[in-house]
Amino acid sequence: MAVLRMRDALREALREEMRRNPKIFLMGEDIGKYGGSYAVTAGLLEEFGEERVRDTPIAESVIVGAGIGAAMAGYHPMVELMTINFSFLALDQIVNNAAKLLYMSNGQINVPLVIRMASGGGSQLGATHSHSLEGLYAHFPGLKVVCPAFPADAKGLLKRAFRDQNTVIFIEHTANYGLRGEVPDDPDFLIEFGQANIVREGRDVTIVGYSGSVHQALRAAEILAEQEEVEAEVIDLRTLRPLDIATVVESVKKTNRCVVVEDDWKFGGFAGEIAALVMEHAFDWLDAPVARVCSKDVPMPYNRTLEYAALPSEEDVVDAVLAMF
Amino acid sequence: MAYEVTMPQMGADMTEGTLVRWLKKVGDRVEKGEVIAEIETDKANVELEAFHSGTVLALIAEEGQVVPVGEVIAYLGEPGEEVPTGKAPSVAAAPSRRRAPSTDGGAAPAAGAPAAEAAAPSAPAAGAMEAPSAAGERLRVSPVARRLAEEAGIDLSTLRGTGPGGRIVRRDVEEAIRARQAAPPPTAPAPTPAAAGAPPTATPAAEAVPTPAGARTEPLTRIRQAIARRMTQSKREQPHYYLTLDIDMTEALAFREALNATVPQDQRVTINDLIVKACAIALQRHPKFTASYSEEGLRYPSQINIDLGIALEEGLIAASLLDVGNKTLGRIAAESKALIERARGGRLRAEEYGSGCFTVTNLGAYGVETLIGIINPPQAAILGVGSVMPKPVVRDGQVVVRQIMKVALSADHRVTDGAEGARFLKEIQSLLENPASLAL
Repeated sequence: MAVLRMRDALREALREEMRRNPKIFLMGEDIGKYGGSYAVTAGLLEEFGEERVRDTPIAESVIVGAGIGAAMAGYHPMVELMTINFSFLALDQIVNNAAKLLYMSNGQINVPLVIRMASGGGSQLGATHSHSLEGLYAHFPGLKVVCPAFPADAKGLLKRAFRDQNTVIFIEHTANYGLRGEVPDDPDFLIEFGQANIVREGRDVTIVGYSGSVHQALRAAEILAEQEEVEAEVIDLRTLRPLDIATVVESVKKTNRCVVVEDDWKFGGFAGEIAALVMEHAFDWLDAPVARVCSKDVPMPYNRTLEYAALPSEEDVVDAVLAMF
Repeated sequence: MAYEVTMPQMGADMTEGTLVRWLKKVGDRVEKGEVIAEIETDKANVELEAFHSGTVLALIAEEGQVVPVGEVIAYLGEPGEEVPTGKAPSVAAAPSRRRAPSTDGGAAPAAGAPAAEAAAPSAPAAGAMEAPSAAGERLRVSPVARRLAEEAGIDLSTLRGTGPGGRIVRRDVEEAIRARQAAPPPTAPAPTPAAAGAPPTATPAAEAVPTPAGARTEPLTRIRQAIARRMTQSKREQPHYYLTLDIDMTEALAFREALNATVPQDQRVTINDLIVKACAIALQRHPKFTASYSEEGLRYPSQINIDLGIALEEGLIAASLLDVGNKTLGRIAAESKALIERARGGRLRAEEYGSGCFTVTNLGAYGVETLIGIINPPQAAILGVGSVMPKPVVRDGQVVVRQIMKVALSADHRVTDGAEGARFLKEIQSLLENPASLAL
């Protein structure tokens, strides 16, 4: 067990999997010589060479399309899209090819592809570079969507992604890359998809988050415990597809209250999906309507003060919880 | 200073009332005691009297609006005086950080113009969902509270919600369950002497059982719901004992005839007036029958009000004759007549609405021989009165025909015992059989 930053944990996963499986190779913008925009792939070019760590032109549709083709041909590629914002350019490849080939070929062709991308606002990157699209990808059947909040989960889930025979959208929050945490060294350390994690136990309210929002939820839980005598249970979903709603429902049956936190917009977002599922599965256990704490309904402002105001804060979570009592 | 006029609570189980009609308009001068509005409750229309003199500054509630008990419906004061604007605040600003849930994102941004919305914090939708039960809303209950109450057999309408917007939440039901467990048998909530009452003569409401052909379910009227609730509460919580007795009314009828010969038609005394007067005297001599049971002890009222069960087309109501202990037979007769008229016209005053400590229910006019009533909670007893009928009885060794009336006392065994009930009933009998004592 070593204490690693999130980016180191991700690199460990890539290194271990590439050593294990020669069919794995990496493609992306600036992932080789430069080591990746968030330094996740730093040093891998030196170890694995240009054949397996390939810098690409700035053409996201081509990067993903080439990855899909290689996967169809028997490789297990990982493509890195510098940020999730650029994945819009590759949306047709992702949604119409990666997600549907298995179905449209009547099960003959699967697409074992890992698509990594950085997500989230809060870094003053402006309205076009601050998206949180985990919920968007979770919308499409045929894709798996993974969004870790901690270094150990990042490693275990990324390694697990390379054992999957389907396309995995692997989304990392930009604010989490420097986050430190204990990470197992075991080369067989895997975290199964579809297993939410109760990262804090509590009896009064269930706060559900994923990726960056788990940390807002945890800070809110601390405030609630210290100042309001409210013990919040915090659940990290870890994967949105497959989704472990059972853990959430079990928790809500205990606490009778549920708040969902996410960086994405509220309207039509994934928090609404969680709220609906909780309503469907735990209606008779609810003591208050499920609350959603999300980004304000505006394009992300560049101005730092406005950006913070637009993003969900731990105070917003605290307020949403207290409004239920 | 402007005075608030609020929706009065007429009866312990009243949570809201409908403002039927304003009898005053803004700018009108109102004297204390003057009727300013008509209010409809679960069971009757009542007249709302002003508690202060002044000028009507504002009418907050609109005609037809359902208003929770205690909410401001109007302001009285000096002409030109300022009144708080807007609707009455239903919940005080919370001292903690609790706030109304935000509703941002509920409205889709107009295509192409999200930036404009960003500039203006959108507030209009807020509040709409948090405004506490303003107008005729159904009871607000969280799903888990509803389920727990159902499992525990707790009547949600008896609970007060402490959740956001007055919602009944889990802790409210759990509190009620704890209270019930702590105190078997459960007591009727009796915070004030005023207890709303459907009179207890009602037979249990028949449930509509669905059957294949021609069957139907008729929704319960509010009065039917109230009767069902209170009668069930009585039978569930108040252990009844019953005593019946024959009263020889021959003397009383003669006494009444003599009295009525001397007074005009509209001041005539009825048999029921004699019974009420007899009960009033008997209650003064046996005050335990005016008391109501509570955990803390027996609660005695400050004056003796007797409820009369009055059959209306919509259902039975209990209307109160006030302070009968201090009133003469003639006064009781006159007030009783007026009370029944007001009840039939749906114009009972607030204080006449189930404020009694004892009930007389009389089906004599229907030829019923014996009526065994259900106690009108939280009262301790009810007297059921049957018809006066000529019957052969033995007097001085001779079979003679006398005018016999059967009465039945139903009493709460938590408050009194059978022997006390017997003495109380004998007192009523003795008073009616020696009616001169009623003349005072």
